[in-house]
Amino acid sequence: MLKRKDLLGIQDLGREEILEILDTAESFHEVSTRNIKKVPTLRGKTVINLFFEASTRTRTSFEIAGKRLSADVVNISSSTSSVSKGETLIDTAKTLDAMAADCVVIRHFASGAPHTLAKLTKACIINAGDGAHEHPTQALLDAYTIRQRKGRLNDLKIAIIGDVAHSRVARSNTHLLTKFGSHVWLCAAPTLMPPGIEKVVCENGEFVHISHSLDEVVEGADVVMMLRVQFERMNESFFPSVREYFRYYGLTTARAARAVPDVIIMHPGPMNRGVEIATEVADGPYSVILDQVSAGVAVRMAILYLLLGG
Amino acid sequence: MKADEVNTTLERLADEILKTNSGRPLVLIGIQRRGVPMARRIAIRMAEKTQREPQIGTLDINLYRDDLTRVASHPVVQKTEVPPDIDDRDVVLVDDVLYTGRTIRAALDALCDFGRMRTIQLAVLIDRGHRELPIEPNFVGKKITTQDNEVVEVKLREIDAEDAIYVMEKI
Repeated sequence: MLKRKDLLGIQDLGREEILEILDTAESFHEVSTRNIKKVPTLRGKTVINLFFEASTRTRTSFEIAGKRLSADVVNISSSTSSVSKGETLIDTAKTLDAMAADCVVIRHFASGAPHTLAKLTKACIINAGDGAHEHPTQALLDAYTIRQRKGRLNDLKIAIIGDVAHSRVARSNTHLLTKFGSHVWLCAAPTLMPPGIEKVVCENGEFVHISHSLDEVVEGADVVMMLRVQFERMNESFFPSVREYFRYYGLTTARAARAVPDVIIMHPGPMNRGVEIATEVADGPYSVILDQVSAGVAVRMAILYLLLGG
Repeated sequence: MKADEVNTTLERLADEILKTNSGRPLVLIGIQRRGVPMARRIAIRMAEKTQREPQIGTLDINLYRDDLTRVASHPVVQKTEVPPDIDDRDVVLVDDVLYTGRTIRAALDALCDFGRMRTIQLAVLIDRGHRELPIEPNFVGKKITTQDNEVVEVKLREIDAEDAIYVMEKI
């Protein structure tokens, strides 16, 4: 059982807690393979998806996870809620709490927004992405996929390539994988690599490496994780052109061949085909991108169960 | 109960199940955790006697418990593997100890989510009484009289490195 009310980030999770979530997710995976994909476990619990940013897979995945556990799932998006009338985040959260929600899944553009809410609500808060800070459930489903394919989470060379500057996925994954003793190589154009990022993971700093060369980080990598170029967060130009970005930081079949023979290629989605990843790689034999999506449902079911079940 | 007694009791259960179901193909479903090795042993005995191995499955009932919000610590959810095409089959649920009947209630709910079986029967190693629900086993290894403040623990060598049954007072 998770001895915590909320799931806010990977940074403050222990290794045992992470393994408990992954083990539980393995059992929950079976529910999604049944004809009747539903168990009564969380009957009578209310889960609210509060999304201040666009999302397909995370929101749908949480909704499906909740519904397969028989929880009542309510979706709120900022454009159709009172937020558009100027209600503050805190007032929105207190309102949901007053309606006796058991869990609020929040995505917000401001780093730390879920942490603020967690102190004010009785409901469990699950961080579904806050600014460029953390996206813990994504890192957990990535770890689930890696463990399934590689059989372990330690002693791996993990290349994380792309828009590191704007990526909460990169941060949460770096926290998680270095906790287990894998080496994480972060790779980005200098404009997309925040200075001092290696200090983000101060406890396991020796496992974090920085590079600006895609070929160097892919060489011998067990896992290659591509990050989306987040154009919507760019109000200035970070690189001259998409064509030039793809030439330097796009993953092609030829460049992926430098990795280990049984490399897995991951992407948290949504993909910009032809920007950070070539179509033949995204749909190729080493791609586990759709496995990540299936894992997402099982992992989120496990998290909802572990936070709300007891 | 000692080791060889556990074994002969399981063999007798296997024989009784076979006799009652007169040659129909069976599906044995072990309830996590000790029902699982029990079902496997019963299946081996059946295969020896009939040269035909029954199908085996496992069931974790934690997702169907009626006391999830009341148990102090989270039960660990184990694997559920029910064979496909279970519709219209004869299913035997296998568990170690039958007590309040609540586990079996949860197991029946769980099974019904997998389809509509022809029959669902129940085989237990120990029936210790104190039912809280109208549930009765079809096959019983041994019936024992117990007090409410006692705990009956079944040990099986696949999990506990020994075959034995202990009746202890709750501390």
